[in-house]
Amino acid sequence: MANQDVIIDIRHLSKSYGDKKVLDDINFQIRKGEFITLLGPSGCGKTTTLRIIAGFVEASDGEVLLEGSDISGIPPYKRPFNTVFQRYALFPHLDVYDNVAFGLKLRNLPEERIDQLVRRALKLVSMSDYESRDVDSLSGGQQQRVAIARALVNKPQVLLLDEPLAALDLKMRKDMQMELKEMHEKIGITFIYVTHDQEEALTLSDTIVVMNEGRIQQIGTPTEIYNEPQNEFVADFIGESNILNGTMVCDRKVNFIEHEFECVDEGFGENTPVDVVIRPEDIYIMSKLEGAQFTATVKSCTFKGVHYQMFVDTDKGYELMVQDYNAFEVGSTVGLFIKPFDIQVMRKPRTCNSFEGEIIDSTHVWILGESFECRETSLEPGTKVKVDVEFDKIDLQDHQEEGTVDGEVHFILYKGNHYHLTILTAHGDHIYVDTQDIWDKGDLVGINIAPEDLIITECND
Amino acid sequence: MIKRSNWSIPYFIFLILFVVMPLVLVAVFAFQDGSGRFTLANITRFFTDKDALATFALSIEIAIENTALCILIGYPVAWILSNKKYNHSTVTIILFILPMWINALMRTLATAELFNMLDFNLGKGTLLYGMVYDYLPFMIYPIYNILNKMDKSYAEAAEDLGANPWQVFWKVTFPLSIPGVASGILMVFMPTVSTFAISEFLTNGKIKLFGTIIQENINSSMWNYGAALSLVMLIIIGITTLFSHKEEENMEEGLI
Repeated sequence: MANQDVIIDIRHLSKSYGDKKVLDDINFQIRKGEFITLLGPSGCGKTTTLRIIAGFVEASDGEVLLEGSDISGIPPYKRPFNTVFQRYALFPHLDVYDNVAFGLKLRNLPEERIDQLVRRALKLVSMSDYESRDVDSLSGGQQQRVAIARALVNKPQVLLLDEPLAALDLKMRKDMQMELKEMHEKIGITFIYVTHDQEEALTLSDTIVVMNEGRIQQIGTPTEIYNEPQNEFVADFIGESNILNGTMVCDRKVNFIEHEFECVDEGFGENTPVDVVIRPEDIYIMSKLEGAQFTATVKSCTFKGVHYQMFVDTDKGYELMVQDYNAFEVGSTVGLFIKPFDIQVMRKPRTCNSFEGEIIDSTHVWILGESFECRETSLEPGTKVKVDVEFDKIDLQDHQEEGTVDGEVHFILYKGNHYHLTILTAHGDHIYVDTQDIWDKGDLVGINIAPEDLIITECND
Repeated sequence: MIKRSNWSIPYFIFLILFVVMPLVLVAVFAFQDGSGRFTLANITRFFTDKDALATFALSIEIAIENTALCILIGYPVAWILSNKKYNHSTVTIILFILPMWINALMRTLATAELFNMLDFNLGKGTLLYGMVYDYLPFMIYPIYNILNKMDKSYAEAAEDLGANPWQVFWKVTFPLSIPGVASGILMVFMPTVSTFAISEFLTNGKIKLFGTIIQENINSSMWNYGAALSLVMLIIIGITTLFSHKEEENMEEGLI
């Protein structure tokens, strides 16, 4: 069954540090010669995944197969991989030449052969004239090139790159991106690249693995990831987007911002709640109102270089981000239009909060590691129950001590007319909240739920 | 208004009184005879005095041996202490530094008593034991410090490039830790040359070190000769300091 093309196969990879799970059942395959990028915000587990592949970190569970055989027990120095480290890790006691020759000398190659290979590698990264320079006399970009040469000279089967461009300035980064891409095409080996920069990932990769909180969110080509994000996290993280609540009326018909649109999606069922993603450049904006699907008032207009970025208030009171080559006057009424295939419909991961709990007495229920007052129930104390709470029925307090449970704002999504927050509680539960109030990521909040908003159902098992 | 540079005046006075003046006095006494006339006799006496020269050579020898032992014992200890795999708490580090909190003389006396009680033959062996015991923390600490602060990615990079743990140590970790070893040597070698208490107590006066003859001369009021011996020692220590400083600078350059 094994695909001939697959060089690395990652199966059910998990990693925990104490109670903290940093990787949770990671599965993906890497094809020979592919440029694959692990993309995600800091702390998403992308670097841990790379370090497990390199052999610096041992997985708690799962396996890494190299051409079909498990390499878990093999130490890093025996793996046919080489790494370009985030801060390069060039040896300060050796000059450029000796840094690049380090791996070759360990293999006891003849002097002339080493010389030949080192020169070729330095030429590849355009650093031929720097052979005898001290590594700390080099600029960041030059150090980066030496680090790449030092890794590539060993002819690894796979090159691992851990945010290699993060320390460079923007201009330099763009140049190095192009060079890396050219290098990859020229040498033809597999590159595994880790970055938090979505633009970098879109520019460089054949395949992107989007990760968040230790889980894979989506795997796909850059165009797939950008045009067809599978969930709100991917939609929000990659590029700019309008993410809105909608209802799939029937096949090819979706309702959002209180208007009905034609779309290309099928198979969601009738009247199913969905998330809708529209890229700001996919909304057509015009000054004439006939032929428009809906109208809006321009609220702000900012020049962004290539295009103008505008925020508009729709006739039904939703805020949308629109990008266009033309500027529209603030305060003017405009007509807007969205084409069916520019509407990306996603299944909602959940439509309300659902907690597991236990009845304490007739008016209290134990959820989220605390006792909550609830409406009088006839269930016996100790009964296992499922408690549902609507997103907009959760009350957030500025001060942690004012809430029954406290938590931290973990993720914020603007949905056109309200914010959808993910709150991480002190006990590690996720609570999803719809609110009009503005919160910032990292805000500490107290959480209250009114007794009548706890909808309790008995668990059957 | 008081100028900010005036704030240094007390320190300046302190330096004059306790550093410059004594040094000047040592130099003055070294070039005087008993009645205060200028002479080079004290210096020439040292270089013609076979006993003094032999003692001096022995002191250097003992100091080198002590330093070497301290590196051999201290480096592995520092390495283990800095390695998270083997050492999980700072308590162990404090335990190694703890002896420094107790007066060295006291520890030496106690060690001597211990050897007496056990009927050990006091001699060079016990002297070296006492010296290593006294100076080991001064070797461990700077090495531990540099190993602990060393960016772990250097070792990882070496391993990534195909070096086994042994090669990682000898090709990367050790060369990068040399500045720590250098300051350890400085802190152990120099004071051992001039030590006299340890040799007196731990050999029962059998082995005389350079520090011992200086002390004997001064004790028996032969200030001029004592001062000359001190001056010679100071100059030699000064030369080694300059030498190792140069070494250290080179190394530090490489570290940044």
